[in-house]
Amino acid sequence: MILAMNKILLIIRREYLTRVKKKSFIIMTILGPILMAAIMIVPVFIAKMSDERSKIVVLDENGLFYGKLQSNPDINFSYTDTYIEELKDTYEKDGYDGILYIPKNSIPNRAYIFSQKQMGMGVKSHIQGTMKYTLDNYIMQQMYNINRDSIRAIEQNTQVMLEERKINKNGDEEHSSTEINTILGILAGIIIYFFIFMFGSQVMRGVIEEKTSRIIEVIVSSVKPFQLMMGKIVGIAMVGLTQFLLWIILTFSIITVFKASMPEFFEMTTDQTSIQQNPSLANMTEMADMNMDENLDKNPEVTKVIDSLKSIDFTTMIFMFLFYFMAGYLLYATFFAAIGSAVDNEADTQQFILPITVPLILAIIMAQFVTNNPNGPISFWLSIIPFTSPIIMMVRIPFGVPISEIILSMTLLVASFIFSTWLAAKIYRTGILMYGKKPSYKELWKWLKYKN
Amino acid sequence: MNILETQDIVKQYAEHVALKKVSISVPENTIYGLLGPNGAGKTTLIRIINQIIAPDEGRILFNGQPMTRKQIGLIGYLPEERGLYKKMKVGEQAIYLSQLKGVPKQDALKRLKYWFEKFEIESWWNKKVEELSKGMQQKIQFIVTIIHEPKFLIFDEPFSGFDPINTDIIRKEILFLKEKGATIIFSTHNMASVEELCDNIALINKSKKILEGNVSEIIKAYTKNEFLVGLSHFQSSLNDILPSALNPTIIKQENGKADVLFKLPKDLNSNDLLNILIPQAHICYFNEQLPNMNDIFISNVKSQIDFSHE
Repeated sequence: MILAMNKILLIIRREYLTRVKKKSFIIMTILGPILMAAIMIVPVFIAKMSDERSKIVVLDENGLFYGKLQSNPDINFSYTDTYIEELKDTYEKDGYDGILYIPKNSIPNRAYIFSQKQMGMGVKSHIQGTMKYTLDNYIMQQMYNINRDSIRAIEQNTQVMLEERKINKNGDEEHSSTEINTILGILAGIIIYFFIFMFGSQVMRGVIEEKTSRIIEVIVSSVKPFQLMMGKIVGIAMVGLTQFLLWIILTFSIITVFKASMPEFFEMTTDQTSIQQNPSLANMTEMADMNMDENLDKNPEVTKVIDSLKSIDFTTMIFMFLFYFMAGYLLYATFFAAIGSAVDNEADTQQFILPITVPLILAIIMAQFVTNNPNGPISFWLSIIPFTSPIIMMVRIPFGVPISEIILSMTLLVASFIFSTWLAAKIYRTGILMYGKKPSYKELWKWLKYKN
Repeated sequence: MNILETQDIVKQYAEHVALKKVSISVPENTIYGLLGPNGAGKTTLIRIINQIIAPDEGRILFNGQPMTRKQIGLIGYLPEERGLYKKMKVGEQAIYLSQLKGVPKQDALKRLKYWFEKFEIESWWNKKVEELSKGMQQKIQFIVTIIHEPKFLIFDEPFSGFDPINTDIIRKEILFLKEKGATIIFSTHNMASVEELCDNIALINKSKKILEGNVSEIIKAYTKNEFLVGLSHFQSSLNDILPSALNPTIIKQENGKADVLFKLPKDLNSNDLLNILIPQAHICYFNEQLPNMNDIFISNVKSQIDFSHE
């Protein structure tokens, strides 16, 4: 027994070390956090990065917009009243990048941009935004005799704030935000999905490698096939955990270093006027704000986000994540190992992989639905059934799941992992020594019934 | 004392029978050759002995008792399908495989050092397996097979892929292992090595054992009373001095010398032949024509005569 344990440990150690020392692992470990950090940092960059200023000459046949369109750091408006055909010939010589032509109309809500270069999305949306603003003002003033300022005053009083307060068991109130819960849940689900696929197929490839290189016969006389299979599955699980932990540590270090080295980069983005003027940028800047402690208090939206983040029990969340990550991986890895043992090369795996991937893909597709109705019957069942529960339960957890459901889901998952291990071991020990045949499902069924 | 016996082993696959009631007996501290053409069932038998696959019928006795799973660990097994982890370094891999066989790391290091020095391959220690040639990989595999110093060894085609120099090295090692008390089963096509190495053989063809026994006894049984004689200084013309009763065939004749093959009838022996020849000619050499294992192998496989030496 001790010897058998020692052998499994030896196998785990080899599986772990050979993979962790691989170049591809090191590259993935470094690239992953860079990508993740980039996802958080690049939007701020893009938001800040100003193209060179576009100079637009405005020809308004209605005279309505004359002097009304606001220039900003990206666009400079000037006005003219020549004819459009004449302007088309001369605008480039006069140093303009494009013409904004607003033809005569009772309500001038149609305009054209003439330019050599394609105008950017930012320029177009700014023109649309500022034209709409001017037009709104004009129509309110002229047709309904309403003052914009009074509307703003009204709006400030009538803006409805719907805040969610979850009541926990102690009767305390907590801030909670559906959006944050959705993002957290889906993010956790997606990470589990990718890890199951990534490391599950590593198990499969490892088994195929052992089979095709015929090393299996050398080893199988010293260890049992079951030990070999479990050693590989557990060894690769540790690789997954290592990679995940390294990613978290590295991502946070990169962001911290970045913040420390370029504090002014983050500060400038809280320019309140630019947010008001350009609503499309507001979202991005808000995201950037989440990374900045020093500016948190200034923005009530951000404070709310932080509040609801605080309301989520991260210890539970992390524990749940690790559990479903490991148990989900173990469940699927046994199937991947069985498939690897049954085939002679990776090309033959397709017919067997498909049924495994269906529940995983279904879970990912349903994740969005589950966030809309986290406690409905479909969400309940998907988070109980072991094939989808690793993903769906993670999606549900930020919304709060009764402890009894969690226990039921966990128990079923562990039980089905034990069952699938037993099943896979039977296929594995026959398949791993069977060469030159492309097995069918019928064949696999026969293997299950073999005594030895 | 037979260290290993298989009794009426039957193994059937979906489309064909791999082994039909195969029984072999391997005496302790001998070298036992498992011969047979490709696909005869040698590897299946070896896999059954190693309990990699289970027989449909029959049993295996190890020291007179049914063989247990634990005893498999005492066997050194070099499979026909040789394999090592290609991306792993030679030394690391050798230690890993030794540890799996239950050799503690420190002992494994010591023994591996001895073998690597003996085979003059120390420089391979930090190379990846995929950088080595097939023959080099087999040397590593051979070392790993014997690293736990088993008393019972099974080599499936140990010489395939080796050049003559390395074949000789491995051949000497196998003899040395026997000298130290080990029992060895090996399967091969290489008939020259059979005569040199084996004490006993079994010939397997079309899933059946068709011949088993002691090598020198088998050779004796297949001896056909044929002699090759070199003659010179004939008294008269060669044809006159050779009585047709001796079935002579002149193989070569030049410069007053001749090589003649005599296929003697059963009632005559070598002394009779010499008595007849000595008065007639000078005898340069006199050789009994012994059949080699190759001839025995081919004639048996071709005719598939049931022949038993029990």
